[in-house]
Amino acid sequence: MTMATPYGSAVDEPPVRKLYRSADGRWLGGVAQGLAGHLGVPVSWVRVILLVLFSSNGLGVLLYGIFWFVVPLGAPQTTPVAPARREFRLRRPDKQSLIAVLVVAVAMFALVTSVQYPISGTYLWPMMIIGVGAAVVWRQVDNSRRAAWAAATRGSRWLPLLRAAAGAVLVGMGIATFVLGQNAAATESLGVALQSAVAVLVGIALLAGPYLVRIVQDLSEERTMRIRAQERAEVAAHVHDSVLHTLTLIQRNAENGREVARLARAQERELRAWLYKSAESERGATVEEDEQPKTFAEAVRATAAEVEDHHGVQIEVVCVGDCPLDEPLGAALQAAREAMVNAAKYGGEGGPIRVFGEVEGRTVFVSVRDRGPGFDPDTVPADRMGVRESIVGRMRRNGGSARVRSTPGEGTEVELTMERSE
Amino acid sequence: MSPTGETQHPASDPAKGPASGARRARVVLVDDHRMFRAGVQAEIGRTDETGIEVVGEAGDVDQAVSVIKAARPDVVLLDVHLPGGGGVEVLRRSAELMSTAQDPVRFLALSVSDAAEDVIGVIRGGARGYVTKTITGTDLVDAIFQVADGDAVFSPRLAGFVLDAFASSEAPPVDEDMDRLTQREREVLRLIARGYAYKEVGKELFISVKTVESHVSAVLRKLQLSNRHELTRWATARRLV
Repeated sequence: MTMATPYGSAVDEPPVRKLYRSADGRWLGGVAQGLAGHLGVPVSWVRVILLVLFSSNGLGVLLYGIFWFVVPLGAPQTTPVAPARREFRLRRPDKQSLIAVLVVAVAMFALVTSVQYPISGTYLWPMMIIGVGAAVVWRQVDNSRRAAWAAATRGSRWLPLLRAAAGAVLVGMGIATFVLGQNAAATESLGVALQSAVAVLVGIALLAGPYLVRIVQDLSEERTMRIRAQERAEVAAHVHDSVLHTLTLIQRNAENGREVARLARAQERELRAWLYKSAESERGATVEEDEQPKTFAEAVRATAAEVEDHHGVQIEVVCVGDCPLDEPLGAALQAAREAMVNAAKYGGEGGPIRVFGEVEGRTVFVSVRDRGPGFDPDTVPADRMGVRESIVGRMRRNGGSARVRSTPGEGTEVELTMERSE
Repeated sequence: MSPTGETQHPASDPAKGPASGARRARVVLVDDHRMFRAGVQAEIGRTDETGIEVVGEAGDVDQAVSVIKAARPDVVLLDVHLPGGGGVEVLRRSAELMSTAQDPVRFLALSVSDAAEDVIGVIRGGARGYVTKTITGTDLVDAIFQVADGDAVFSPRLAGFVLDAFASSEAPPVDEDMDRLTQREREVLRLIARGYAYKEVGKELFISVKTVESHVSAVLRKLQLSNRHELTRWATARRLV
């Protein structure tokens, strides 16, 4: 019901546009391809823009690196250019990668030689090496993830390991250079120790970071799947435990109409409560567990259900408003229960008994109505205590009032009114 | 459960309907369970006895919309849960058929669910009434004619939901007379919720059945009135809007 497509929306537009790097037809990291797919522009534009950005203070490299680092490799965003490009790529994939790497390398070289950095070479080079090492490790994670999808279709098992090792070595080298290069300038050993400690930490973070990010992403995905599976299992279990058993019982008691109706009604009520109330009572699930109802409406429903099961009649309950249960209200419930039992016994075949409970402001009102033969209240002998004591007397003792209205032929209605004490 | 059971006029009521004697209603059944459609068809479709002619059936939203457009029935019996967007979607896409002056198509929701979300959802979508699937055949026939005549079929449970919706708000906001139920409408609903038939409500409040019906129609109109005040809040709290 919630899947309604809104008026006038484009036909083939996906509802949620999420940026993914593209594994299809990518040259280096799939960033340009993914961006192009996301923005709906040709890939070449994005590549040209990135190239232009490369030459302006290395911003392109930074951007590309950030995207590569952050954006997960995902479902290929098919762009208008993608299909044609794909065949091309399949034939000569390495050449394109090579071109991309060359372009980046040239850009980096140009950058390093021409741009004046505010930091000295002793910092710059180690950082560059660390960066490249981290990139290699990152790429490696990427590939292993893809390999997991492809279920190890390709044979070489050493290549990923080799790459990871190379990345680790690079990062290690970078850190070493960093620390050693500092050593010459540093005079205080404490400073050196601190710096090397920080450097090692950074190195570890660089090495472990990609894995951690990927693991977290995979975990959350897996968790959603697991929750869904659990929900499905729960529904299946519930249907099995209750509905199927009831259906079996009904098959066995097929001749006994009354019993069948009772079983079906009880099952309907239970299933309904489970289906429609579960959302409301999620937070109070444990409260629901212990049998005692806590509020007035709940108690009215529970009482009606009890009488319904016990006497095999149909009772329809409508509740408006709600309030916590207290002692006078408990008495009112007892009276209502008595009225329901009376209606079940004498109400006869006139259709379901209707119970209406309302809490409005300070007043609590319950009406129990049947469509049975009815009776004349004045002709009830004085020794019949049911109505007089259990209903009228009980209500009066607890500060409420009861009214029994009955017309022969039109059924009986018991109205109970009680003021809330609190 | 037959929530409309007692809201019906007795079938013998002669004052009802312009075409006295042989009342006729053309009906389309929309439900995704073929068995259920067949059951309803068997129950109410005996045209000679009931005066109801089933002129079309549909099992999902798209089918329903096209069948309703083609057949132009008097009443559509609409299941709330349907593949393709549910009964609300059918109502939304048939909106212009409901508002035409000439023979408008009226919708009577028929569902196994009596959850507040479903009931209020289709009523706000424009359905003129709501009955649950356990309703008896005769009650259903009565409800169909009542809806065909332009009246609302208000079950006790629906009345309870509406009372709940309007009562749950504490402080009345500005221009309350626009949206809130009047005292009289509240009384009428309260009696319907207690299981009184329209006729009995009239007797109890010393008003005519016609007045009861106009109160009920006013409530229905206020329910469809979009996004104002407490109904909005109530609906939002229960994720209805």
